[in-house]
Amino acid sequence: MELLEGSAAIAESAIAAGCRFFAGYPMSPFTGLLENMSHKLPAAGGVFINAESEIEGVNMAIGAAATGARAATGSCGQGIALMQEAIAEAALNETPMVVFNMARNQQDYFQCTRGGGWGDYRTITLAPKDVPEAVEHTQRLFHLADKYRAPVILYGDPLLAQTRVGVNVQPLDFGELPPKNWALDGSGGGTGRSRQIWTWAMGKATDPGPGPDRHWRAIASKFDTIGEAEQLHEQSGVNDADTVVVAFGSAAKFVEYVVRELRAEGHRVGWFRPITLWPFPGAALTEATKRARRVLVYELNAGQMLDDVRMYAADRSAVRFIGGVSIAESGLAYGELLDAPVLRQLILSEGTR
Amino acid sequence: MTIDTSQPPPGGRLVAAAKPSLLLGEHSLCPGCGEPVALRVLLEVLQDLDIVQRTIGVVGHGCYGSFVRIMDVDVLQCLHGRAPACATGIKRMRPDTAVFTLQGDGDMANEGLQEVLHAAARGEKITCVMLNNGVFGDTGGQQTATTVIGQRTKTSLEGRDPATAGYPIPVADLVATLRGSAYVARAAVSTAAGVAQTKRMLRRAFEVQLSGAGFSLVEILTMCPTGWFVPAAEGADYQGGTMEQAYPIGELVTP
Repeated sequence: MELLEGSAAIAESAIAAGCRFFAGYPMSPFTGLLENMSHKLPAAGGVFINAESEIEGVNMAIGAAATGARAATGSCGQGIALMQEAIAEAALNETPMVVFNMARNQQDYFQCTRGGGWGDYRTITLAPKDVPEAVEHTQRLFHLADKYRAPVILYGDPLLAQTRVGVNVQPLDFGELPPKNWALDGSGGGTGRSRQIWTWAMGKATDPGPGPDRHWRAIASKFDTIGEAEQLHEQSGVNDADTVVVAFGSAAKFVEYVVRELRAEGHRVGWFRPITLWPFPGAALTEATKRARRVLVYELNAGQMLDDVRMYAADRSAVRFIGGVSIAESGLAYGELLDAPVLRQLILSEGTR
Repeated sequence: MTIDTSQPPPGGRLVAAAKPSLLLGEHSLCPGCGEPVALRVLLEVLQDLDIVQRTIGVVGHGCYGSFVRIMDVDVLQCLHGRAPACATGIKRMRPDTAVFTLQGDGDMANEGLQEVLHAAARGEKITCVMLNNGVFGDTGGQQTATTVIGQRTKTSLEGRDPATAGYPIPVADLVATLRGSAYVARAAVSTAAGVAQTKRMLRRAFEVQLSGAGFSLVEILTMCPTGWFVPAAEGADYQGGTMEQAYPIGELVTP
């Protein structure tokens, strides 16, 4: 057990997962992870590049991943938006990598979960509620990226990046993975079987590939499979709840605390937290909201996850939004809406009976 | 789970023919195009240096993108302009390979000028090849950053006018100013002597890469009669009278 800032813990967890390449461009609160990787990764025998832009960083990571190495990049908000073309490309040419979105707030839900770039793909997005969970999910994401040959996202925030907690970073085993027999090392040259990583998947003149139509259908089908297989969520007190509060990431940690307090006072309140924002744990949410008269959505944005909750809540008309945009004056932290007493009041004002 | 990129990927080592052709079929580009000539000498250099089975190509977007189908080389086909960044990631994880990019002027000088300049400044041990024909050939002949003054394109019908469209960017000259550049040259494939010189320059670029001296770039002026709206047989002369006047041929940086 070691006392570590979230950014340091996530860096160490990435390295424990076998990450050996990291390229990124500073933007707070992602900067802490970048700084940690800059010295921790070379010390572990890996390569760190202080990329000249987010676009260069993510494309460097694609190149590194194409050799079979476990590779990652990261940024937040606008920086992730700059990377979206390349994230889409990685989804469509099937290069696995991890993108750390250490965001300033919860306004990146859409661009993480909807597939922010071009084409028919999604990005697996995990939103840890605290640092110990981020340590676990960082390693889970490297596994999922390799399992599905796809780019994946860790969605963090300032609280995750900057909170200092005692954590134990050890390599975690998520099971066997298929061999990376597609990786490029140059050895295919002149054999008639040279390898290619190509979004259009047209293959060689002597050995045609599936081409874009079949390739992109196969990609879409893969994301259908992931959508069913990789949903994760956490919930409590939903079985007898009149009110179920839905939240993700750090906001869900506040919800967990406030709901525990309310339940202790006798209010029939429960909470539901999607851990995978995509794939959204829709069936579990439907089940968890079957008896609820109110489904309250608490997120620090104008209502993004709200769309998914409306799609899967057992009764769509029971869904109410109690979140909102809330940014500190600095622009680098949450505003006053992320506060336990404020949240408590928001829940109570909707009624709990 | 650490992947050791000093080792080949799983699946056993592939065996190359003693003298592989590296060309798996006919190109599908227009009559008179200079790009297939550049490809042929590039592949010959890989053979001459005996690095066929440790070379990785990173190909951008343009007509030459179709070369991915006919070149028997491990290839990452990447986003428009980003090849030097992808090549950087590849080379850093597999330092024993020879890594080259294949880009056009639209790819390198328009969309990806930042990528190539930073790769050169970092002294990345890669070889970037720009096939410069001064137009967007793949989309039918529009103006690029290297279109010479007065040249007619589909987006400069009266000829490129510096008053409104500015001046062409000499990419090799820009790259040559950066300390990380160990070899920079500009070639042209409009004559037999030019083709032979192009091959010598590409060979030196790869030798510099393999020596670890730093970044290397060869800008190759290639004919595009279709995009220039001249008869196929006149492409070489047209290039000699226009682009080759604006972009001097020769070595700009040598080790």
